[in-house]
Amino acid sequence: MKILLSIAVLSITLASGAYAESPEEKGLAIAREMDSRDRGWKDQRANLVMTLRNRQGQESRRELRISTLEVDGDGDKSLTVFDTPRDVKGTAFLSFTHATKPDDQWLYLPALKRVKRISSRNKSGSFMGSEFAYEDLSSQEIDKYRYKWLRDETLDGKKTMVVEYYPAYENSGYTRQVVWIDSEIMQIVGIEFYDRKNALLKTLTMGDYRRYADRFWRAGVMRMENNQTGKSTEIRWSDYEFGTGLGDRDFNKNALKRAR
Amino acid sequence: MLVAVSLLVPALPVGALETSGRIELEPRGFMRSPAHPGQSRHGLSLAVQPELYHEFGDGGEQSLLFSPFLRLDTADDERTHFDVRELQYQRVFDTAELRIGIGRVFWGVTESWHLVDVINQTDLVENIDREDKLGQPLVNLTLIRDWGVVDLFALPGFRERTFPGREGRLRSEPFIDTERATYESGAGRQRIDYAVRWSQTIGDFDIGVAHFHGTSREPRLVPECEDGRSALSTPCNPFTIVFSPRYEVVNRTSLDLQATRDAMLWKLEALHESGQGGSYFAWVAGFEYSWFGIDESGMDLGLLVEHLFDDRGANAPHPLEDDLFAGLRLALNDENDTALLAGAIVDMEGDATNLTLEASRRVGDDWKIELETRIWTGVANDDPMVHLRDDDYLQLTLSRYF
Repeated sequence: MKILLSIAVLSITLASGAYAESPEEKGLAIAREMDSRDRGWKDQRANLVMTLRNRQGQESRRELRISTLEVDGDGDKSLTVFDTPRDVKGTAFLSFTHATKPDDQWLYLPALKRVKRISSRNKSGSFMGSEFAYEDLSSQEIDKYRYKWLRDETLDGKKTMVVEYYPAYENSGYTRQVVWIDSEIMQIVGIEFYDRKNALLKTLTMGDYRRYADRFWRAGVMRMENNQTGKSTEIRWSDYEFGTGLGDRDFNKNALKRAR
Repeated sequence: MLVAVSLLVPALPVGALETSGRIELEPRGFMRSPAHPGQSRHGLSLAVQPELYHEFGDGGEQSLLFSPFLRLDTADDERTHFDVRELQYQRVFDTAELRIGIGRVFWGVTESWHLVDVINQTDLVENIDREDKLGQPLVNLTLIRDWGVVDLFALPGFRERTFPGREGRLRSEPFIDTERATYESGAGRQRIDYAVRWSQTIGDFDIGVAHFHGTSREPRLVPECEDGRSALSTPCNPFTIVFSPRYEVVNRTSLDLQATRDAMLWKLEALHESGQGGSYFAWVAGFEYSWFGIDESGMDLGLLVEHLFDDRGANAPHPLEDDLFAGLRLALNDENDTALLAGAIVDMEGDATNLTLEASRRVGDDWKIELETRIWTGVANDDPMVHLRDDDYLQLTLSRYF
């Protein structure tokens, strides 16, 4: 029912765009629609395998697990545990994300049993030496960007909407992102990231989408290509679980220390 | 303790055991000839620390952890040692956690010196940076409330600090004879110590306030003649004098505080301690500032500055009574996690300086290589660090993780 309703709302929004809606309004409407369709999942867990590939084709692998808690009216909370490489096994990362103010982040270092609050300014920094920056993996909130609809496009036989995102938060590594959104499932299928000098920096493709709990579409694979260095990173997601009963108590400093 | 653990745990389903760990080879070379007879110019050391973990109960709310540690060292018999780092039963409730066994607890925020971290004894023979700790027998109840987290500790069984042997480098002069340890408490090592800590995050601030009542982890060093009488009151052959560690009962209240403001982390650890030997204040206060993505490849550079103060001055049982630490940390953020830390601790009341360089990098998927060097300069004859000035060293650690 909710889905039917939101599709109806979307058709109205998109149709009305033909009249008076500016490209900015249309971009924002699309972002709102994506957000509302992906609301209500409460909590999710997933496993990730990251494969880093350098220009010479040498590979290295990282395995991690992420639990996420949906937070109404704010960014999500997430807890990430690293399983490999083995020297960082047991390292865990707790993040309370926010739309425009800085995220709160803590790191657990198992060798010292130490929880350390860390600066979240490093949005554009590499996540575990990969081509993904912290901001690429952070929760998507409407207020994080300003939007502009560019065009509709058929990509690999699929109807997509192309929207430009301009980061509204501080310390982003990007001037803009060009985002391809699958019109049917309202999920991102590709992004071009433009660096601070407005040069193409990275290209992300997302695919292998599956629907969970009858409603929520999640990608099975994300490939990030660095157009400037030739390096790439692939993330494969598996074992998605929704509504597992996680709560605030699973996302605090104590839970971070226990996570393994 | 072991009996208590085994009573709490019903039959273990075998096969659900998670094993991991690390084995390391560590050659260490000293840049100067030894100052004392029997000491070596270099040493080779092998250490292994496996970890066994088992989770059970409906949602895995109960677990058992066992992590023993063994080091074999060619240069110092005291550095060859075994310790149970962890042997712990844990149960997690909705708003509480219980841990029983042998464990490791960390408190604090600063980098150069972990002043308020009191639960575990320092395993000083591992590294003089005092970051290695011995397993502490404990019962720890954690209560998680909206107004903060309260940790209650009962600590049955005292662990004595490890010190280099007579033929080990990086030792004091006279050397510390751990066999001669004495206690203020009549119960000696069997005394039960207690601690309580409240911690909370309020906006940008992470705060911890703690009180510890028990046997001090830091012994007072008493010069003794060979026959065990005090060298202060009895004349004896100065070549036979040794230090005897004296562990006193103290009351210690501490604060640790970090304010995280964008790329700046403000840090404070402070404590007041009182006991038989009087009372004193000490603090470590400073900041850590990071520049992220300083070049095209995305390196991070961090600046660390901390002031270390102890109002006992020259009477403090450590040389860091009024010192300034400055360090630079470089993280390459490459696929091998290459990192460098260069630091200096400078005595504000003299010329003594301790320089440290640590570098580390992963090799392949399961190996890691670390380099560490410490150098002392400007150490005067009457400086409390005088016994370390001939012990500049360079060490390499090659670790294999499994």
